[in-house]
Order: sequence, then C-alpha cells, then structure tokens
Amino acid sequence: MAVGKIWVFAEVAGGKPTPVALELLTKARSLAGTVEAVAFAPDAADAAGDLGAHGATTLYAGTDPLWGELLLGGPAADALATLIQEHQPDLVLFGMTYNSRDVAGRLAAKLGVPVIANGLDVSDADGVTVHSSVFGATLNVATRFEGGGPAIAIIRPKSFVAEPSGGAAAAVTQVTSPIDEKHKASRVTDRVADVAAGPKLEEAPIVISGGRGLGDPKNFELLDRLAAVLGNAAVGASRAVVDAGWVPYAMQVGQTGKTVKPAVYLAFGISGAMQHTVGMKGAKAIVAVNRDENAPIFKLADLGVVGDALKVLPALVEELQRRRS
Amino acid sequence: MKVVVCVKQIPDPNTTGQLDPTTHLLKREGVEVVLDPGDEFGVEAGLQLVEAQGGEVTVVSMGPERGVDAVRKALAMGAAKGVLISDDALRGSDALTTARVLAAAIRREGFDLVITATESTDGYTGVVPQMIAELLDVPAVTFAKTLEVDGTTLKVKRQTEAGFDLVESALPAVVSVTAGVNEPRYPSLKGIMGAKSKPLDRLTPGDLGLDGAGGGTAGQGITGVEPAPQRAAGSIVKDDGEGYKLIADFLAEKKVI
Repeated sequence: MAVGKIWVFAEVAGGKPTPVALELLTKARSLAGTVEAVAFAPDAADAAGDLGAHGATTLYAGTDPLWGELLLGGPAADALATLIQEHQPDLVLFGMTYNSRDVAGRLAAKLGVPVIANGLDVSDADGVTVHSSVFGATLNVATRFEGGGPAIAIIRPKSFVAEPSGGAAAAVTQVTSPIDEKHKASRVTDRVADVAAGPKLEEAPIVISGGRGLGDPKNFELLDRLAAVLGNAAVGASRAVVDAGWVPYAMQVGQTGKTVKPAVYLAFGISGAMQHTVGMKGAKAIVAVNRDENAPIFKLADLGVVGDALKVLPALVEELQRRRS
Repeated sequence: MKVVVCVKQIPDPNTTGQLDPTTHLLKREGVEVVLDPGDEFGVEAGLQLVEAQGGEVTVVSMGPERGVDAVRKALAMGAAKGVLISDDALRGSDALTTARVLAAAIRREGFDLVITATESTDGYTGVVPQMIAELLDVPAVTFAKTLEVDGTTLKVKRQTEAGFDLVESALPAVVSVTAGVNEPRYPSLKGIMGAKSKPLDRLTPGDLGLDGAGGGTAGQGITGVEPAPQRAAGSIVKDDGEGYKLIADFLAEKKVI
C-alpha cells in the first residue's frame, strides 16, 4: 500500500488547532504527496490558516454549532467514515488525546479496521508502519498495516516537532452530512478549565514529579515550593500517587497520562515503573532522588541521588534561594 | 440497574514484560498475574452505583483460563456474576477483536451501563471502551473523574486537556473511569469465601456467535522488535547530606537556573 494521501484529524478550540495536529501534519508532509486535515468544531474553518501553513491543502470542516455541545467521538466517527468512503485516504493520523482516542476507536470499530495506538513515529516500509515502544521503553516495536485501508494510527503528542511549510491557508470544504439524532443523547453541559499557577506540564522547561516515596500527599507542597523557586517548572506525579488519590489525574506523567519532554526532569520518590518512564524518558536530562538504590529510575537518571527526597527537597529549595539572592 | 464491568488479568505491572522472539506474543510463563489495578476503580464504581440504587454488577473478562482469578477478585469485592471468555485463538488479540468479544458478551448479559478503565495497564491502546460503545451503538462517556446516575441520566466529570467537562448522557452507555475516581475496597474474607459460590460463566467466542473471531490481529503485523537504545549511564551518588548541592550544580550546568 503506497501512501498517497494522509489525513490528519485536527482538534480545534478557539479557532486554533491543537499543537499535535501541526506536529502530525509536519510528519505527514514527509510521507505523502497529498496531506489534508479534518476538523469538527463550530469554528473549525478558522483553523484553515494554521493547518495550511503546516502542509494541509484541504480542510474538511464540520461547523455545525452542535459540534460544540456534543461528545466528539460518536458523530465525528460517523462523519469521518462517510468522508473516508468518498475520498479514500491511505492513512488517518490522530493525536493521543482524550477526544481523538474516542474518535479513532469508534471509527476503527465502525470500519472494521485495526488501529495502532501509542505511536512515536510512522514510516512507509512496504506499507504504513507505526513505531512504538513497550515495556517501559525497553523494546521498540514496528507494526505494519497489512489489510485494506485506511490505516488508522494514534500518535503520542511531541513525537514530532511542528515546522511550518509556508503553505497557503487550506481550502475549506464544508462537511454537510447531518449529525444523527442518537448522538444528541449525550451533551457537554459545561467546560471547566483548571487554573494552575505556572507553566503547563507539557510545556514547562522543568518538570518536577513526585511518587510514593514522598510518603504523604501533603509533601507535594515541597514540590510546589521547588517549582515556585525555579519559576519555570510544573509539577507532575506518578500513577501510583494518582491511583492513591493524592493528586488529580491531570498531573499524571506516563503511559496513561501526559508525555513530557522538558530540558530537565526531576523525579522525587518515584521508583521508575514502566508506566511512568514512557512519559518522561524523552527529557533532555533526568535527575532522580530515591531511597532505594536499585530503583529502576536510576537507570535513566543523568544524576541520581540515593537518599530521602523529604530531606533533599527542603535543602534544595534553600540552596536555590541562596544562590538566587 | 444492570451494570457490566470489563476487567482484565495482566502480568504484574511491577515486572518488565518480554516478547517471545519468534511469535512476538507476550511471554506469560513464569510471570505473576494480577487484576489490572486500573480495573479495580471500575469494579468499585459499579458496586457503589448498585449499592445506592439497587441492581447487580456483572464482570466480563477476556483472557486465558487463569484469568479467572481476576474475575474472582471482582466477585470477592462484591460483583454478583462473572463471565470469562477464553480461547487459544484469542491469544494476542488486537483491540478490535477484544472489543468484539467483550461487546458480544455484554449484549448477552444485557446492560444499562458498561464500566471500563480508560485503558489496560499492559496493552494500553486505550480505544477498547470506545470500540465497545460503537459496537453496542451507545454513547461512550470516557475518562470520567466522577460519575453518578440520576434516574436514567449519567452525569460525569470528564477529564480534558484543559480541565474537565461536565457531561450528561442518556443510558444505556459505556463509561470509562480514570484511576483515582474512587477508593477501591479490599475484598473481605467473607467476600472471598462467597465468591467461590457465585455464578461464573466460562465461554468461548463460538458461544457468543463469533465464528472465526480469533486470530486476533487481522490487518496488522509486527515487523520488527529491537531493544530500545538506552540512555548513557549517569552519575549515581549516595546522599551524604549534600546531595541537594549536586542537584543545584546540575541545574546550573543545564542552565535552567
């Protein structure tokens, strides 16, 4: 299956595509002659400029106001299935986000085709091949689509660096197929944004994460203090402490949470279980503090301190304040 | 209210898994297996719903025969009935095959609400809940941080990149719950003893009318497996009380302070 046409499913909010859509378009340009985007949002057409500037020549846009009120998965899978039948893309790329996972999963079930998730790269090696890593990033696995099209792949954010192509705004083709009544049984009644101080976890140049080794939820305050003194840091967590209810799911770094690639990642009291390391091994530099010298996190660390995070953290905060003044 | 919870038995997530070099299937021999920790939240959520409003929780699992331990644990927590679908041909099944088998079993049981985790801890494609919903032709309300059922309306706080959405959905529906949505109970001794006498159906895909559903990975094949490049060994030191200085120096060297 030669890759002639790739579609990128773009989520649009406030008229802007999410960063992962632009990352996927950048990669798609290197693989296929025709790169197009699909988006469903009341203001989807406003994203034509950004999507075009990253390589999409056409934007199939569903702009019914209902797109802003419904769960995306069901109706988007319906509309995509219709569009795919008409336009026959070889590959449809999705970002590994909450909404895009919903769309990709429902679409694959509807079309009866496989979906490959957790991709870190995609190539054309006698067919679309998705590269992922498993078992705490100890193994790299290549999986090739071997059936009829389209291939559906879900790629983790930050797998590629978005680069503008210098292209003109994508030509907007309105998607006019009506939304089925059954999808109106589920509604988003309100959208609430978390107000977090400091930079977002995925964008912060420094990420400070805590795990079980902190001993008690209240000790996350120590991470907040360190973040405050550093100024450009965000606080994350391992799955263990999210499962234990210490901190919200939104702070989770790892396989089931967010992928971060900061300049420096600091892990306090985190053992380095595979579900965590998948989300942070792309950091440029890693510092780990853990009492257990055999903790797997030390295999990844550029600097590892075998010791008690609760002793190191306050001392580090004081030291940084001293150096700053 | 009829609640079906999907569960999976997985290799202990604290051990590093391995693939068989020729079949590319997960090596299961000599590996401890446990109920996926993520699934305990789904079981707990189902139990809390039926305790508040009446009804029953049925747990459904696809996996090898010894996957019965995961089902039994859910029964010990308080589920009323278990269903385990096993077949050698299902080994190595992809997400869509898994979803087809689970959806067929769920349809057989009947349901008002299907509860799943957001993804399994071992396979983590994270699309099975949505596929089940599509196959059952019902809404998928995914990534729930909280859930309640008010009459016939499901109300969920759904995790988003920005924060959360408040979602209301008619039943029947599929809901996937995030870790930390509740505090899963430990099975009591009484629960463990009682679980042994609860109904447990052992089925094959054929029993569900799925002929030739096995084989599992139609349309995709693993073409390469290789060890990932490892990071260069770092400097590991015992904290002698001045470890913090090393970290401060390291941050300065990386020019982030």
